[in-house]
Amino acid sequence: MELVCPAGGLPALKAAIDNGADWVYLGLRDDTNARNFPGLNFDIASLEAGLAYAHARARKVVVAINTYPLAGNWARWTGAVDRVAALGADAIIVADAGLMRYAHEMHPRLELHLSVQGSATSYEAINFFHEHFGVKRTVLPRVLSLSQVELVARNTPVEIEVFGFGGLCVMVEGRCSLSAYACGEAPNMAGACSPAHAVRWKETPAGLESRLNGVLIDRYAPGERAAYPTVCKGRYSSNGETYYVFEEPASLNVLEMLPEFQRIGVRAVKIEGRQRSPAYVAQVTRVWREAIDALKAGQFSPRPAWLAALNRHAEGSQVTLGAFSRPWK
Amino acid sequence: MKLSLGPVLYYWPRKKVLDFYQSIARSCADIVYLGELVCSRRHELAFDDWLAIGAGLAAAGKEVVLSAQALTESEGDLKIMRRAVANGRFAVEANDWGAARLLSGTEGWVAGPHLNVYNPQTLSVVASLGATRWVAPMEATRELVAGVCAARPLGVEAELFAHGRMPLAFSARCFTARRFNRQKEDCGYVCMDYPDGMALETREGKPFLAANGIQTQSAGVYCLVDELKDLQDAGVGVLRVSPQAEGTPQILQLLRETRDGMLSAAEARKALAALSAGALWNGFWHGRPGMQAGA
Repeated sequence: MELVCPAGGLPALKAAIDNGADWVYLGLRDDTNARNFPGLNFDIASLEAGLAYAHARARKVVVAINTYPLAGNWARWTGAVDRVAALGADAIIVADAGLMRYAHEMHPRLELHLSVQGSATSYEAINFFHEHFGVKRTVLPRVLSLSQVELVARNTPVEIEVFGFGGLCVMVEGRCSLSAYACGEAPNMAGACSPAHAVRWKETPAGLESRLNGVLIDRYAPGERAAYPTVCKGRYSSNGETYYVFEEPASLNVLEMLPEFQRIGVRAVKIEGRQRSPAYVAQVTRVWREAIDALKAGQFSPRPAWLAALNRHAEGSQVTLGAFSRPWK
Repeated sequence: MKLSLGPVLYYWPRKKVLDFYQSIARSCADIVYLGELVCSRRHELAFDDWLAIGAGLAAAGKEVVLSAQALTESEGDLKIMRRAVANGRFAVEANDWGAARLLSGTEGWVAGPHLNVYNPQTLSVVASLGATRWVAPMEATRELVAGVCAARPLGVEAELFAHGRMPLAFSARCFTARRFNRQKEDCGYVCMDYPDGMALETREGKPFLAANGIQTQSAGVYCLVDELKDLQDAGVGVLRVSPQAEGTPQILQLLRETRDGMLSAAEARKALAALSAGALWNGFWHGRPGMQAGA
């Protein structure tokens, strides 16, 4: 099983590789990727340096070009594919079918991974991309249960990659316009969910308020831990009750499921967090490397030290097995 | 421009659904999309019921299309999808790439709003596999629609969601069941109590969203009645109205009269505001937040 780790910049890439990542995933510094945040991501020089660093240590780099281009900006996406292929990236992560066709025709040796933003939740959908564009790996949306992941794995030749740790989308990735609805920018077209420029925090007599483009997402009493205001993490009211309408803020952590993933043939585990610090990447990568190595040696059991290290990085200090276990089923 | 009626996104009692389509048979809709798009647990109507409704609508002169479920997770979901694809009579709207795979090579299917076709290159992928109509994504701007239409393959129609509560997101979780602390598999079908979705307000009491099972919708109603000329210029050939619990045939009629120049957009807007389940918003088309109004 391979470990796929995030990098928002060169220091994080080095941290991931030094701590045992098999793959590092990253994006270019524009809206061609779904973490289009100011100060994040790679320009050509840092990508070249990152590729050299990874390849010198026999690791791989996959570049996310996983937003949806329009007719008017199509050339920026194909340009990104061409540049990344020319620089020798090992693979690209793509969501848009037209862009996938372009990459498959123009760069037949460039490995294609189907992005979680492609919303492919069934083997029928995944096999579509395999048959038409030779997709080699798919990243499953964070909505499937373990038995559903197994169903997919049994019925496709495409390698399965699942999210193992980090932030959690409660909505199906690639099918969520909530951020565009509130502030005009969302992952599919703008590469950003709740962009920082639209977020405001304000202390009021009623508590700390978080707003997205003026919309009140939540209000916190003293001592309550505040979450970053994405629409799906807010508290709203329905029939007189105010509550987390979608889900309590929590991070995904499925380390304890590694043996199950191995049993059903999951090929890679992905760590979320391109927007996180190099220190986060280093610590989380190290824990998962040790866990996967223990699994390979047949000596896996979740060590308290691993879980303690991961819990320090969890959102709202809570962790969940997410859809894999479906406590809400 | 033709008028279409999208699938009923809510869970209504069987009798209400049957009565609703009786009224639609007499309405001015040209195209009617049928079937359960949101949740496979809903069972007031069986697959054969949908086919029977379709037959009645076809006899009334409507073009009938079966909409496939948007989020497919289980083998059961795939079974339902395969049945729709193999129905033998009506065209099918694909709302995920699994349905697109099953429809590949058949002629005359619809690339639905949840398939994520954002550009002419992706449209050409589905057109090469037999799709003859494209429904733009909900968050589509004028720029997106005009860009696709200008370069679209011959014989492919463009359809746009033009009136109704906006479908904004899908999840594996059911948010209506969650409101009542019910497990999804023991949900008691509480969504049936909310024929236009369950209202969600911000903590300062402003309408924001509506929960419809695993789907999240807008509180306000998308309404492009002021933009009909602009839609036509951009290349839109079909206007989609999304069903609401009351007043849907009248909404279709108002859009038709506006399209035909028998009613001014201002008069139509006033009448639509009185009939609609929420405030009228049009931000997405103008490249702005979806919950905004005004040109």
